[in-house]
Amino acid sequence: MTELAQDKMTTLREFMAEVAQREYSESYLIAVLHKAQELFGYLPREVMDVVAEGLEIPTAHIWGVATFYHYFNLEPIGRHVVSVCMGTACYVKGANRVLDALKRELAVEVGQTTDDRLFTLQEARCLGACGIAPVIMIDDKIYGELDSEKVIEIIRQHRRL
Amino acid sequence: MKNMITIFINDKEYKVEPDQTIMKAADKLGFKIPRLCYHPKLSIEGACRVCVVEVEGHRNFVASCAFPISDGMRIKTNTHELRRARRDIVELILDNHPLDCHTCERDSNCELQRLAASMGIRARHFAGDRKRYEEDLSSDAVIRNPEKCILCGRCVRLCSEIQQVHNLTQSHRGFSTVVTPAYNAPMAESVCTACGQCINVCPTAAFLEKNYTQELFSNLNDPTMIKVAQFAPSVRAAIGEAFGLPVGTNMEGQLVASLRLLGFDYVFDTQFAADLTIMEEASEFLERVKGNGKLPMITSCSSAWMKCLEQFYPDLIDNVSTCKSPMSMQGAMTKTYFAQKLGIDPSKICSAAAMCCTAKKYEAARPELMFDGMKGVDIVVTTREIAWMIKSAGLDFVNIKPEQPDNPLGLSSGAGAIFGTTGGVMEAAIRTAYDLYTGQTLIDIEIEAVRGLKGIKEGSLTMDGKEIRVAVAHGLGNACKLLDVVRKDPDRYHFIEIMGCPGGCVGGGGQPYPLTNTVPLDDAALTKRAKALYDLDRGKTIRRSHDNPGVQKLYKEFLEHPLSEVSHKYLHTHYQAKLPVGIIPKEAKKIEVKP
Repeated sequence: MTELAQDKMTTLREFMAEVAQREYSESYLIAVLHKAQELFGYLPREVMDVVAEGLEIPTAHIWGVATFYHYFNLEPIGRHVVSVCMGTACYVKGANRVLDALKRELAVEVGQTTDDRLFTLQEARCLGACGIAPVIMIDDKIYGELDSEKVIEIIRQHRRL
Repeated sequence: MKNMITIFINDKEYKVEPDQTIMKAADKLGFKIPRLCYHPKLSIEGACRVCVVEVEGHRNFVASCAFPISDGMRIKTNTHELRRARRDIVELILDNHPLDCHTCERDSNCELQRLAASMGIRARHFAGDRKRYEEDLSSDAVIRNPEKCILCGRCVRLCSEIQQVHNLTQSHRGFSTVVTPAYNAPMAESVCTACGQCINVCPTAAFLEKNYTQELFSNLNDPTMIKVAQFAPSVRAAIGEAFGLPVGTNMEGQLVASLRLLGFDYVFDTQFAADLTIMEEASEFLERVKGNGKLPMITSCSSAWMKCLEQFYPDLIDNVSTCKSPMSMQGAMTKTYFAQKLGIDPSKICSAAAMCCTAKKYEAARPELMFDGMKGVDIVVTTREIAWMIKSAGLDFVNIKPEQPDNPLGLSSGAGAIFGTTGGVMEAAIRTAYDLYTGQTLIDIEIEAVRGLKGIKEGSLTMDGKEIRVAVAHGLGNACKLLDVVRKDPDRYHFIEIMGCPGGCVGGGGQPYPLTNTVPLDDAALTKRAKALYDLDRGKTIRRSHDNPGVQKLYKEFLEHPLSEVSHKYLHTHYQAKLPVGIIPKEAKKIEVKP
């Protein structure tokens, strides 16, 4: 494990030691997994093993929780997370075509990460920007009034960043 | 008595005890509300909704397994709408289930099939997408087929609540929900102890033992091989159930006769090796009492318990007896002592075992149990598998004339018979240890303190003024509780018996599926099977392992004496810490263990 990862693991252990003091500490599992994902970007197996040990919760149970919630990533994610809004307004305005263009450009399916680890493609349900539909969100920024050409240009801009 | 309350079921008034669910109250009044995910020994899941009933004042039907009764409650269990709702629920389950009943191993033994029949489902109305998964065939003992799974969650609850192994979980969600070990690990790499209780509680065929019947049949048809069988004590106490006989019918003689007709050249009895195990184990215990080795000593017969030990209690490995299980001892003696007697090459022996256990399949494959480059037991089949083989061979098992096992490895004492039930190994060991230690004969050999289905049993006896405190646990969950006590208070007991399955081997993961009117893990059924073994013991003239003339002869001709060098080579082994995928955290990980 790299030094950086060791540091993150230490932070996670400290966080677990802190919640372990509280009443019903086992109910902090989701909070601990959030912390872990915040630190590592996803939930590697070694991290879930450490959580099992720290909270004294069987790994099978942790696996059940981690796979139940879409929020948790079980694979490493890319530097940029591209979320395509598939809400009603965007869908009507051609979100499908935007998504298809992204799949072609990035050569991944929804939920996957590009080989160069730059982009992870996701679907979203209504980003609350229906006025400029169809929209996508890259990291925390919204891009609106898109079509299949415009979206590719945005991706290319991010590649150059 | 508590204050009784009034409920109405189908407009009839009943006085019942408060603080119970509708289902429990209805059960006692003679209503059997259809059910699927419910199991009386497990926590309430409320997953399947098959047990819905109508409660006046409630907008929706409620799950009777989870809904508490209250005073004045008016319940309907059998309206037209309820029947239709239940039927739809089961139809929806069937829609996501393979349509292969006639080629399924659980055909005619399947709860889902029975339920569908009782709902009167004779056509499919909800044809749609169905889940598709690969079978997990990685384990030597327990295979997993998620396509057959209906997500009742019984196996998950059993594995966590009763066995405390925590191997299984429902992972992912919605249509993608699937029961898996942690990290989707193959069963062989998971913390599965191979106890097979998931098979027993599964209403369908989502878990099964790995089937070795075809391999055994082809060996039986090989004229160049000498085919040798052994069968565990509790196989004889349960196999009758697979042929419609009452629970607890002893079918020892019929089983011996059937094994011969199946093509075995020699039919030995694992009870012989149970006596042999007691000779070694009691001697080992007395050595430890004298100060040579750690106390408490813990028994090592149960293969699922051995895996549990290596994973979760590696710090107690030195406390566990080095004796192999009776099955492995019997296998070792078959391929050494017996082969020599016969003057044959042991590699020409096919050594097969009919066991009540699925974990014995895993045990037979363990490399540390090998000797002279050989496995003691080549093929292990469960009670269910051997029952099927007998049916498949067209034998009239119920009416066949009973026969005796062969010598020299077939004679057994009553102590060997009771090995198959919780407390039995302890009782057998005490009968011999007392006599060996004191030089006197223990008169009262029926030791009630270690009998019965209490989770953890304790007892004590005095040998020449020395107090010996013993404890017995059955089911890995009870074992874990007991061992947690031992970790904190190592001097509390001298001798501990652990069996991995609830009820001991009589409740093994390979025993016949429950009859239509019982549930798996039913205490009454386990008690009846145990009684068959206790009756067998009582009916024998020889009831102490050291009095078994066959065992005495074996020592005279081959092993010399208990714990001799020869014994150590063939009858003893050692265990190693194992930390596979999905370990439960417990204390195990905090203890320094060499990989």
